[in-house]
Amino acid sequence: MILTKAQYDEIAQCLVSVPPTRQSLRKLKQRFPSQSQATLLSIFSQEYQKHIKRTHAKHHTSEAIESYYQRYLHGVGKNGAAPVLLELANEVDYAPSLMARIILERFLQEHEETPPSKSVINSLLRDPSQIPDGVLANQVYQCTVNDCCYGPLVDCIKHAIGHEHEILLRDLLLEKNLSFLDEDQLRAKGYDKTPDFILQVPVAVEGHIIHWIESKASFGDECSHHAYLHDQFWSYWNRFGPGLVIYWYGFIQELDCNRERGILLKACFPTDIVTLGHGAAAP
Amino acid sequence: MAAVLESLLREEVSVAAAVRWIARGAQSSEGDAGEAAALSSLRPLRKEFVPFLLNFLREQSSRVVPQGPPTPAKTPGSSAALPGRPGGPPRGGRGARSQLFPPTEPLSAAAEAPAARRGGRRRGPGQARERGGRGPGSLEEGVGGESPLWAGSRRPRAAGSPSRARSDPPNLSNLEEFPPVGSVPPGSAGRTKPSRRINPTPVSEERSLSKPKTCFTSPPINCVPGPQPSVLDSSPWGQGLTAGCRSLQEEREMLRKERSKQLQQSPAPACPTPESGSSLPTRTGNLTAEPADPAKVSSRQRLELVALVYSSCIAENLVPNLFLELFFVLQLLTARRMVAAKSSDLEPSPGVLGSPESPLFQSVHDCVFFAVQVLEHQFQVLSCLDKGTLKLLAENERLLCFSPALQGRLRAAYEGSVAKVSLAMPPAVQAVSFQPETDNRANFSSDRAFHTFKKQRDVFYEVLREWEDRHEEPGWDFEKGLGSRIRAMMGQLSAACSHSHFVRLFQKQLLQMCQSPGGAGGTILGEAPDVLSVLGADKLGRLRRLQERLAAPQSSGGPCPPPSFPGCQAFFRDFILSAGSFQFNQHLMDSLSLKIRELNGFVLPQPEASEEDGEADVDWQGERRQFAVVLLSLRLLAKFLGFVAFLPYRGPEPPPTRELQDSILALRSQVPPVLDVRALLQQGLRAHRAVLTVPWLVEFLSLADHIVPMLDYYRSIFSLLLHLHRSLVLSKDSDGEMCFLNKLLLLAVLGWLFQIPTVPEDLFFVEEGQVDVFEMDTETSEHGLDGVPVVDQHLLYTCCPYIGELRKLLAVWVSGSSGRSGGFVRKITPTTTTSLGAPPLRTTQGLQAQLAQAFFHNQPPSLRRTVEFVAERIGSNCVKHIKATLVADLVHQAESLLQEQLVTQRQEGGDPGQLLEILCSQLCPHGAQALTQGREFCQKKSPGAVRALLPEETPAAVLSSAENIAVGLAIEKACTWLSANITALIRREVKAAVSRVLRAQGPEPAARGCRRGCSRACEHRAPLPSHLISAIKDVLSVAVGPRDPEEGVSPEHLEQLLGQLGQTLRCRQFLCPPAEQHLAKCSVELASLLVADQIPVLGPPAQHQLERGQARRLLHTLLSLWKDDFQVPVPLQLLLSPRNVGLLADTRPREWDLLLFLLRELVEKGLMGRKEIEACLDSLREAQWPEDFAEELATLFNLFLAEPQVPEPQLRACELVQPNRGTVLAQS
Repeated sequence: MILTKAQYDEIAQCLVSVPPTRQSLRKLKQRFPSQSQATLLSIFSQEYQKHIKRTHAKHHTSEAIESYYQRYLHGVGKNGAAPVLLELANEVDYAPSLMARIILERFLQEHEETPPSKSVINSLLRDPSQIPDGVLANQVYQCTVNDCCYGPLVDCIKHAIGHEHEILLRDLLLEKNLSFLDEDQLRAKGYDKTPDFILQVPVAVEGHIIHWIESKASFGDECSHHAYLHDQFWSYWNRFGPGLVIYWYGFIQELDCNRERGILLKACFPTDIVTLGHGAAAP
Repeated sequence: MAAVLESLLREEVSVAAAVRWIARGAQSSEGDAGEAAALSSLRPLRKEFVPFLLNFLREQSSRVVPQGPPTPAKTPGSSAALPGRPGGPPRGGRGARSQLFPPTEPLSAAAEAPAARRGGRRRGPGQARERGGRGPGSLEEGVGGESPLWAGSRRPRAAGSPSRARSDPPNLSNLEEFPPVGSVPPGSAGRTKPSRRINPTPVSEERSLSKPKTCFTSPPINCVPGPQPSVLDSSPWGQGLTAGCRSLQEEREMLRKERSKQLQQSPAPACPTPESGSSLPTRTGNLTAEPADPAKVSSRQRLELVALVYSSCIAENLVPNLFLELFFVLQLLTARRMVAAKSSDLEPSPGVLGSPESPLFQSVHDCVFFAVQVLEHQFQVLSCLDKGTLKLLAENERLLCFSPALQGRLRAAYEGSVAKVSLAMPPAVQAVSFQPETDNRANFSSDRAFHTFKKQRDVFYEVLREWEDRHEEPGWDFEKGLGSRIRAMMGQLSAACSHSHFVRLFQKQLLQMCQSPGGAGGTILGEAPDVLSVLGADKLGRLRRLQERLAAPQSSGGPCPPPSFPGCQAFFRDFILSAGSFQFNQHLMDSLSLKIRELNGFVLPQPEASEEDGEADVDWQGERRQFAVVLLSLRLLAKFLGFVAFLPYRGPEPPPTRELQDSILALRSQVPPVLDVRALLQQGLRAHRAVLTVPWLVEFLSLADHIVPMLDYYRSIFSLLLHLHRSLVLSKDSDGEMCFLNKLLLLAVLGWLFQIPTVPEDLFFVEEGQVDVFEMDTETSEHGLDGVPVVDQHLLYTCCPYIGELRKLLAVWVSGSSGRSGGFVRKITPTTTTSLGAPPLRTTQGLQAQLAQAFFHNQPPSLRRTVEFVAERIGSNCVKHIKATLVADLVHQAESLLQEQLVTQRQEGGDPGQLLEILCSQLCPHGAQALTQGREFCQKKSPGAVRALLPEETPAAVLSSAENIAVGLAIEKACTWLSANITALIRREVKAAVSRVLRAQGPEPAARGCRRGCSRACEHRAPLPSHLISAIKDVLSVAVGPRDPEEGVSPEHLEQLLGQLGQTLRCRQFLCPPAEQHLAKCSVELASLLVADQIPVLGPPAQHQLERGQARRLLHTLLSLWKDDFQVPVPLQLLLSPRNVGLLADTRPREWDLLLFLLRELVEKGLMGRKEIEACLDSLREAQWPEDFAEELATLFNLFLAEPQVPEPQLRACELVQPNRGTVLAQS
């Protein structure tokens, strides 16, 4: 699903200040029926993350935290079964999972002698049953399970999606008889930067030589692409030469501008592959 | 000097004798006594003949409107005016000699000392004084008045913009119309270096004062920035040789008169045309060329004679730069027109030969005639030029007109020329690849160093990419744009080891990007001929515009460009400058020196005479390419070595005073050279490898600073080079001599070197006879590179792009515009620090090795290469094989041993370091097997490889010997390495394995261990784990709420979901442990919601809840998934967490039967032990519950606890049918 910048902007425009709930997603799908759900979800998630990054700080001032905590206490005091925390998050336009984290941290500060470590918080968020306060446990759980952009479940889904696409890519490479070294093998050899796959024999894709392939189970928007370029793709190029990035959920067409320089973007496994000593592989 | 020419002209002396005399001081018995006598009287002047001749020719041609950039002539006398230093006044009463050397520039009273020292010649007093000019510290001793020095120097022009003179209308006739052939190129105004050219001297004050700067914006094409030696140069010979003593002052006077006459004659002073008095056609160069007519040549005989002498000097390499002279000759050939000299001034005498007093070139016809004469003598060199140049020459109408025979030969040469110098495409930037052997963690001292270097590599390329993108943008500045980033990066390179890593990266990248000619940023040749053939001669206007566009950026800067860093090289130069890191520079020099030594040892096997031609050709192509690659790499590396080494000493100009210079010399002579280039040169000469060594040495020396050539060490190098230069006579073609193109390459690079600003100008003419003649090693000479045609035209032009200026010149002639001039645009002058140690001594070789050498001696060299190659590769593969087999096995053993150790040590908490020691002590002894296994490997693999690579027809005995030697060498290589390193290798690998295992021990032991894959028949069509987690999450979120009224889950959906979960868990293709863990957790949450009846069901509002039977079926499915399909631990205890049990508290009526059912099934399926459940139930009691709920909970516990410890299956089955006790309880 390759979108032009204009198409992408149109979608992104609809995502301003939309809470990350399943209801929002449903509406988005209705609004853009022709786009794939996965692409929409990926864009939504990225846009939302950008939004959160921008506003993160203001939710973490001590005044804000205190005010959220008091509102939480007040809310659960009235009715512990009501979705107090979730609604609070939506109201102040913050991710429910992150709001849960704020309140949980604040709660633990109040109830424990030592300030809670990050890993403790994370483990409580992963398994709210361990939260000493039953009401808070339910509230936290409700937040994480209703958040489609943040939280341990979402993290796991993202991780799983990434893993699945790597497997998918590996199978395709095997099917095409392209021998490769995968990330684990590369790491074992001591490579300092490791793309998902390095081809042992380079191939040409659409006329461009590629040495490595990176699978990205997300949509390639400007922000993430530039970050990836800086942290990964150029680093791969610096070590292994030109390569291919597959954004399985599509990307903004205009970003595919480094082909001549050695970074090729695709939204699917390429069909036009020429191998050394052979012509184009059958699509 | 003049006397010699006179003798020649008067036929007292034959040309051959004269040249012999010049070249060798020939007291030789050959030649007749009269000649000898005539010449011997002139003996003290011998050495000055050539510089005089060169200057003379340029002066004589000064009235020619030239093509292209100036042709500098290197004359000792013209040297060394210091920039910014006003020339001294002339001295009165110069002798004849001084007139012959008008450019002499006496600078100081002290001038004579250096001159005497360096020249080492006896001269007449007058001469000595005149010759002193070169001393950098010297000052003119004279007083006031116009400087005669300037007559010969180009300083005046250098000081002002070239176009300035042009702006001064009345005087145009002198400078613009007759730009000096050697005047300063544009951009060279700031040059520190005094010209080696004879330049016009602005005759009067007014000129320099009246220069409107605006003219600079539109320089007239004919007034190419660097035009030629002016009329104003004292060119005494032309104006009165016989008088011989007319001073410059007088000449000047004369010229001034001349000018004022012109002024009076030309009422339109802005654009005087001397010939007609009318204005110049335009300033932009559509100056039409005057037709040249052989019939109008004024004094043929004289011209022929001078051409012969000149050609002979060229042929004998008595001129510093062959191509410079050719360039000059082509300028004469393409002269557009000539300003007529006033007869009144010139007083031509009607002698038979044309009297010496009259100008040599009286018209364009003369120029062309002379040029064609010289070209005829130089045909051999011309025929080696590229196709484009040959075509332009052959098509030149003047040449056709003056010498149809030469034209015919050129045409034939053109047609026969196969070599075409192609314009290589600049290669895309390729990064240096990461090689685990040299780049992985094991090569760094610490994790930190490793990661720092990781970042540095990325920063380096980031900087490089940015440079690529932006360096051509106007206003972009390397230092401003990248300097701070580079320094920040260099700042992190603390450890020496990191520096060496970075330097390796830097050097490799340098070679990768700049080695190819395209990467050197320069198109090799001007495009003109190609453009011509594309456009056709009729589109000249367009062509001209195109030409201008093309010529500007790619101009290589005239026939003698200063050393520069074209294209990508600029990046590396600027990087070094911006980094400004002492450590980096030192490491870089070390590394460059090492690589130069390595490449300089390049051995090119000679093609066997016995080999079949076809076969030899195939080999030959490859070998020539290989040579070219090595040569170009060496040149590049040497240039950078020179740059870095001399960087600290780089300065714009030579030291101002003699004292300062002496003290600097004293200091510098202490410093050992960075690389013992003299030794390498001597070796190269001795071994007949000059063709490889000299070109890179020239690059190295070209970046030397002003002091370097004065240091004894380098002075001796220059002597060797001069000697070599003289010996490279192109016409000699005897056996064992150097090949023609090899010679031509050396002549070109040496000629170029002699024109470098930092190389003293008189060096070429002064140095002589001081050379300890190097002895050729006759043994090795047969195998020397010099006698092998390793240089082809492409390589020649790649190394010497300035040869292409000849073509440009001719092309510009065709297009009618005049070319851009070039010249020394800038220069970089950098010196030495430490030398590398002596090369490692060869180990003594055993008898076997000697036998092997002997064996190879009579075999084709390819055999030896093959064997060495095979041995090298097999040996290396052997090491890899040992790593992959023996060492890997040992690592496996280590892992299992470690597992055992861990089990026993778990309680004690063993120390990893200790563990490692234990393991290594057990395993390292096994390393001894490596040698045996390595030996076997080499024995097994080498013969096949040798056999495959050698010709089928190789005799059996030769083949088997070759195989044996290959085996032996491979074993030697492999075993040497293995015996030295195997223990360390095992240790390293085991250490890595230990840390791997220990790390894996950590957080998720369950993720390890043996896992079942999917069945063989599995087609991997199960739903993806991510989809399932997502779907279950949706169900959970609907159940947990908040939800819209219409939201709910259908029972079918739930069943389907669990079915899919089963599929996914059975097909494990896409499943990763974290996903499975989350699936397990979600399934437990789902079960809790089922038990608590919290899942909102879609359907009629009446039955908003899941039917109990359905719920039970779903729980059953879950139980079997937990039991059979999950491979990670399922967090079943969550079922009894206060939060999940608490879900029951909210339901009315509370129904406990499903919970009880679940608990029983868990126990029955062995998913949870009773004890475990009891513990959970106990902890539940501690939570705070509503009173009634707590009671019910207690009852449930009791019920569960009351059940038999080991329930039997039958009992289960009937329980499912009968009303459950739990249900009863709940309903009570």
